[in-house]
Amino acid sequence: MTSAVSNGGPDALVRPGVGGGLAEVFRQRFLLKLLVRKELQIRYRGSVLGLLWSYVKPGVQFFVFYIALGVFLGLERSPRNPNGLANYAIYLFSGIVLINFFTEALSNAARSIVSNGGLIKKIYLPRELFPVASVWVSAVHFVPQLAVLVAACLVVGWQPSLLQLLAAAAGFIIVAMLATGLGLLFGSANVYFRDFENIVDMLLMVATWASPVMYAWTMVRDKLGEGWYSVYQVNPITIGVEAFHYAFWLPTTDGSAPIPPNLLSLWLPVGLVVSFALLFVGQWTFRRLEGRFAQEL
Amino acid sequence: MPVAIEVKKINKQFVLRHTRSLKETIVWLFTGRKGDLSKKFHALHDVDLEVQQGETVALLGLNGSGKSTLLKHISGVMLPDTGSVRTRGKVAGLIEVGAGFHHDLSGRDNVYLNGAILGMTEAQIDEQFDSIVDFAEIGEFIDTEVRFYSSGMYLRLAFSVAVHTDPEVFLVDEILAVGDEPFQRKCLDKIKELSAAGKTLVVVSHDLELVSRICDRGVVLQHGNVVFDGPIDEAVARLRTESSR
Repeated sequence: MTSAVSNGGPDALVRPGVGGGLAEVFRQRFLLKLLVRKELQIRYRGSVLGLLWSYVKPGVQFFVFYIALGVFLGLERSPRNPNGLANYAIYLFSGIVLINFFTEALSNAARSIVSNGGLIKKIYLPRELFPVASVWVSAVHFVPQLAVLVAACLVVGWQPSLLQLLAAAAGFIIVAMLATGLGLLFGSANVYFRDFENIVDMLLMVATWASPVMYAWTMVRDKLGEGWYSVYQVNPITIGVEAFHYAFWLPTTDGSAPIPPNLLSLWLPVGLVVSFALLFVGQWTFRRLEGRFAQEL
Repeated sequence: MPVAIEVKKINKQFVLRHTRSLKETIVWLFTGRKGDLSKKFHALHDVDLEVQQGETVALLGLNGSGKSTLLKHISGVMLPDTGSVRTRGKVAGLIEVGAGFHHDLSGRDNVYLNGAILGMTEAQIDEQFDSIVDFAEIGEFIDTEVRFYSSGMYLRLAFSVAVHTDPEVFLVDEILAVGDEPFQRKCLDKIKELSAAGKTLVVVSHDLELVSRICDRGVVLQHGNVVFDGPIDEAVARLRTESSR
């Protein structure tokens, strides 16, 4: 009988409720697709503007930041302010779209286990599906924002190189892995202590300002010095945002703005490694905690 | 006959926590752990159960005896503290029908979603779709949002999806108490048909009349212990004397 278990055939006796983690999610692609579609269908249900809200919200957010920071606080370059950032609007928006993706993905993933508690308590299925589906849904909402960004870039003469596009893709992957890893971590912890929802909200508020979305990275280096600047730079979101600036903003300027040293050769790989490590930690924690989900929810 | 479900000496304790806030837990840790933040409750105690393929077993007991907890261990929703549970082939639960249903989706979308949740592939659902709708007697309402369904329609559709998942082992928890008389009879016929086809059934119900018509074997639980395991009539008789005491 033990041999029947180890060969794992369809007729073997197996332990129910022991999943294969994220690999299992990949095997259940069809269910993942349906869960994502369900979320997309019900998100804006009953609202008049519907999917338009996915444009309106970042649009208003962008406008407010642009006026307050670009115009009032003088981050935008103008004849009277030659030290500002050229094309600050593009600079700002390329960071905002990535931060929005991260914020939405993580805050929904962290709540996904508790909000699907009814199902998790009654039917066994790989529970990693829920955080992964949340990140996936956010990626779908990211697409229209990316389209707006690309359109705006093209208007001001964007001509990226292949390398720059690859850097943007790497930046997106870094942030997506980070959101999934932290989503698994906080999603499972939230089952035990609902405080983690608030901790995540706080983290997300910090994340927006702890990476060079609104301001330039040079300001951080000048204030912190090289040593602390390296610490700032390890943050995967910072690396992702800088990759986006490199891909979307830099080619629309005269190219004279400095990019962080070793962005491609050092920091992008560092970002990938850190995000992957956090994904691993998230998965590990999740598997340790998921055994008692059904009774704690 | 090969074994379909093998439960070996499982124990399950529930920790009944009184708090769900980090602050209270930390305060408790720093104030010398005075009092108990949690109470332990032994839900299952050294439970052994072996079910052969094709058997029809009823889990009986009063409220809180651990029947549903045992069922959740067999489905994999819960994992035992000690001991082991093993099952053969696909296990599908009718544990509270409609758990995977979403009110804002149409009947059609819910059939796909729920079918996938219960482990069907896309091709299987495509193939079974008409049969699912037929059995549920939903007809033209299949593209209406489930929120507008009557509770009967809702349960019929959920039951229909579950019976079409074609599992080897079928777990049924109190589903038979729902629906109107004709549909109940239809469900019962379907369940008998499944068992005649060699499927394994594990049923939890308080309706003793009903279980003695479906099941051959009865397992009586009391405070998390198996106190009787044998022919259904004796199990029912035993439970009756216990509850009249």
